Amino acid sequence: MSNEHSMRRVTAIRNGTVIDHIPQGHALTVLDMLGIDDKTSVPVSLVMNVPSKKMGSKDIIKVEDRELTQSELDRLALVAPDAHVAIIRAYTVAEKMIINLGDEVVNVVRCTMSNCITSNLREPLPHRLKVVSRDPLELRCHYCGRIQDLDELVKNVL
Amino acid sequence: MSGLITMDDLTNEEIIEILDDAERLLPVAKGELYLPLLQGRILGNLFFEPSTRTRMSFETAMKRLGGDVVNLGDVKTSSVVKGETLFDTIQMVDGYTDIIAMRHPRQGAAQYAQDSARVPILNGGDGAGHHPTQTMLDLFTIRQAHGKLDGLKVILAGDLRYGRTVHSLSHALTRFNCELIFASPELLKMPSEIVSDLQSHGASIVETEDLYSMMNDADVVYMTRIQKERFSDEDEYAKVAGAYKLHAKHLADVKAGMIIMHPLPRVDEIHPSVDSTRHARYFEQAFNGVVARMALLCKLLGVTVPKDVKKAGGAL
Repeated sequence: MSNEHSMRRVTAIRNGTVIDHIPQGHALTVLDMLGIDDKTSVPVSLVMNVPSKKMGSKDIIKVEDRELTQSELDRLALVAPDAHVAIIRAYTVAEKMIINLGDEVVNVVRCTMSNCITSNLREPLPHRLKVVSRDPLELRCHYCGRIQDLDELVKNVL
Repeated sequence: MSGLITMDDLTNEEIIEILDDAERLLPVAKGELYLPLLQGRILGNLFFEPSTRTRMSFETAMKRLGGDVVNLGDVKTSSVVKGETLFDTIQMVDGYTDIIAMRHPRQGAAQYAQDSARVPILNGGDGAGHHPTQTMLDLFTIRQAHGKLDGLKVILAGDLRYGRTVHSLSHALTRFNCELIFASPELLKMPSEIVSDLQSHGASIVETEDLYSMMNDADVVYMTRIQKERFSDEDEYAKVAGAYKLHAKHLADVKAGMIIMHPLPRVDEIHPSVDSTRHARYFEQAFNGVVARMALLCKLLGVTVPKDVKKAGGAL
């Protein structure tokens, strides 16, 4: 099945954001990272496990009437660093946003180690996770040195 | 260098240079010679957790070199109990002192303090994280006994999970190509991320629960206390408390030059019968905390230790 067919599983959106090429099975984690939950009022379409030439299988999310911010893109970089993000305005792609996972993730998520000094949220220095490896993704807290549990990290979005 | 947070802040060459400085400072540490290299400098001792040896040896080291010390005192009577952040505490002490020695219950606190401060931070232990000044005195003690660091067979035994001294020491020993044996109860094994980290740096590691059968080939047996304060569950602690009780009778077939070390305080893991054997080094090791920290204070404050200490120093 072509990419176009995959995209057509849900209707085109007038305005909003399309996140394509999410690794298979990660769409729900992406929603968590973006803070999209049952309190979200805008329409959200989600397609999982669709065939992809490039990835074998992939997930897709469409969020209507909402454009992702840079800080949301930074969060996305932690779970879907190769995803394609398109901002849709009046049914056309107005902007393609680049997800860029740098050498360090600053003030996006908090260290997953419960005894890390940064778990005191009154401490004012930035939360810093160093990118040790991109594939597979491995992050290490700048302060305590702990390798991050990526499943737990989703719960620590700032 | 700014401070000493983990052993990664020192190259092998710097480690050897600091150990050489420490060697020359021995008569000053023993009080046989007066050498006020750090006169006019002030050390801030910030111990947010109980400490006897580390705090006292930092204080002694500074004073033996003619410097002065200000103490945070009891945490319960400081601003910390009022909710002051570590950042704010460091901002204040940074203004009062030239260098800070710190122990804190939370991991990463030393790096956090270094990022908050202009003066160098000496990490005196951060949670179950690192304790590099202890490692320097441990390396000093090992080199004193064996005349070298390279290629020794070292057993680290006891609480390898929470014991920050063994975390820092194992990294340093790997850099000197030592063969490592980790002896611990299953519950207190060296964290797997540390083991894989060491292995990725070429470490040769054997993990076992059987300490005694491994001792005959060893050059160093480094015992640690099972730390009750690190357990939230009393039952879990009870399962592993007293896992190893090294007695003089266990030493019949060990190498003549093998040394037994312990960061102290000990509970039951080394029986007093070991104290009078040729192998016991833990009290010398505790003394070496002074001389190793003297050398580190000089290094971090940019003060050169004279090659001829006797010529530079005076009688007390």
